[in-house]
Amino acid sequence: MATTLDAPPIVPAEIEHMSGRMAGIWNSFILRRLLKALFTAFVVVTLTFFLIRLLPSSPIELFIQELMVQYSMPYHQARDQAAALFAIDLDQPLILQYFDYLGGLLRGDLGTSILSPGTPVTSFIKRFLPWTIFSVGLALIISFTTGVILGLVMAYRREGWIDHILTVIASILSAIPNYIFGILLIIWLGVRWGVVPVAQMRGSLSPGVHPGFTLYFLKDALFHAALPITAYVLTTVGTWMLTMKSSTISVLEEDYVTVARAKGLTESRITTAYVGRNASLPLFTLLAISIGFVVGGSVLIETIFQYQGIGYVLLQAINRRDYVVMQGVFLIITLSVIFANFFADMLYSWVDPRIKFGSQE
Amino acid sequence: MNMFTQAFSSLGVTLRIMSYNKVGFAGFLMVIFIVLVSFVGPYFVPLDSETKVDQIFQPPSAQYWFGTDHQGRDIFSHIVNGGKDVIIVAVIAATLSTLIAVTFGTFSGFAGGRTDAVIMAITDIMLTIPQLPLLLILASLLQFENIASLGLLLGFLNWPSLLRAVRSQALSLKERDFVEAARALDLGAPHIIFREIVPNMMTYIIISFALAMTGAIYAQVALVLFGLVPFSGSNWGVMLSLAWVRGAIFFKDSIWYIMMPIAAIVLLQLSVVTTTRSLELVFNPRLRSGE
Repeated sequence: MATTLDAPPIVPAEIEHMSGRMAGIWNSFILRRLLKALFTAFVVVTLTFFLIRLLPSSPIELFIQELMVQYSMPYHQARDQAAALFAIDLDQPLILQYFDYLGGLLRGDLGTSILSPGTPVTSFIKRFLPWTIFSVGLALIISFTTGVILGLVMAYRREGWIDHILTVIASILSAIPNYIFGILLIIWLGVRWGVVPVAQMRGSLSPGVHPGFTLYFLKDALFHAALPITAYVLTTVGTWMLTMKSSTISVLEEDYVTVARAKGLTESRITTAYVGRNASLPLFTLLAISIGFVVGGSVLIETIFQYQGIGYVLLQAINRRDYVVMQGVFLIITLSVIFANFFADMLYSWVDPRIKFGSQE
Repeated sequence: MNMFTQAFSSLGVTLRIMSYNKVGFAGFLMVIFIVLVSFVGPYFVPLDSETKVDQIFQPPSAQYWFGTDHQGRDIFSHIVNGGKDVIIVAVIAATLSTLIAVTFGTFSGFAGGRTDAVIMAITDIMLTIPQLPLLLILASLLQFENIASLGLLLGFLNWPSLLRAVRSQALSLKERDFVEAARALDLGAPHIIFREIVPNMMTYIIISFALAMTGAIYAQVALVLFGLVPFSGSNWGVMLSLAWVRGAIFFKDSIWYIMMPIAAIVLLQLSVVTTTRSLELVFNPRLRSGE
């Protein structure tokens, strides 16, 4: 008995080696995050499909009924037309439809718009998504850096007047809904004070301007994105400021900051390399949530400013009940958020190498 | 009788503790004021639904405190009558999402192992899907009969970040001595969760409830503003939406029509958020010494 208990498990050398390597791969932070992103993407794709097909008021059924009422089509004809537009073979069992849908997705086929016949959903995405990535990305960078800098200032001058004023401003900013900021910007800057030509700023580019690497194009793109970007920055910067402030205050008490001071390092080096870098770490974990929130909010902001990005297209599709576009665009928005989260994780592991080695989740 | 005096004295103590933080207490008083106006006010200020063609877009005056709208109706009466639905939806949504988050968050942190992994995986996926587009699509597909179902939908979508916070709290509390002691006494999981862990998380739960409320206010006004919920009756979101559509932003005197619901919504959001500062003091005694 005792010998069997004490005997080491008999494992061939290769298998042990293999499992060691497998563990190594599994422990690789990047790979784990990539797998997680892919899995999330798969779940979202599946969820979208079944949401559209199985909901009590399924868009396909609604569309079939619309066709029957509007064009007094017989049921089977309406059904054929719906199936063609949704790129779904309705006669197949649900599970086969699902595999067809997955195959279509892999080929980059998202179906064809109901209201603009002949326009594939992918062409909408190609045309409008870049504008959202441009404006939301730029806004996130501006708001993140501003928040980090102001948060540092607040922590260094804590309990001073500058801290009190900035804290009040940050709390107020983070409590106001983004679409209300949008409306307020239009009312006061655009209409009442008339300092900004709101009507000319609609759309993503002025007529006659074409994308290209010219200063003229860049200026025009920024001109049109200015108001949405301002709204995104105003609504997110408060949270960054407050988080950075509290994080900096706790970092300032760390031993390594005292040591750095004792070593006689310059204050500017301590602030950037010791305090700033470490204090901003918690903000990177918040970045993931913020990306989703800002991209989601783009639906409202882009509609208010009539900025033609993908969020604007989504709300148009919802209001006009163009289910195919709705489904495709929702999928793309979610996939870009998943990708952006993956990117934020990579950035985080670059800023804080510790998390690559720890087995923490 | 004894119970009543006890309840009142503890209420007095609670209020005194809350008043240590001036800003938080001001927010709390504001919340009370808004709730009173929205629920009691309608009995004194009836909704003005009569169209008065000669009174369109009047600025504030002694007769119309907040001015009049595009049909010459009194904006003040609409503000007083428009808060009730907003608050009810927010409370329903916040209750549901807090309930889901606290139940599954503590369970997940307490159980650990595979249960924890599964719950957290689901939470992470929910957290990644942008909530607002999902909400807009669901709201357009489902037909809402009443505001309660809207509140339930909002609550059902809004729990993931809260669940994460509750779980990490439960994880750290699980290792504390008093939980260890309860386990040594073999008091059972329900006792440990509901008598030991949850009371120690009250700060998080109450603050999360307030934040969930602001999230629900944000989402429901957005749904109404962008025309995805069939709106009936009077509601700050409906007012904002009508003012926006009717071009109230273009004239000096009509600006009141759009600014009043905005002010009401922002004031409610701000006061709910600042109230959490006072509530922190009540449920977390360690913070009090600093004040």
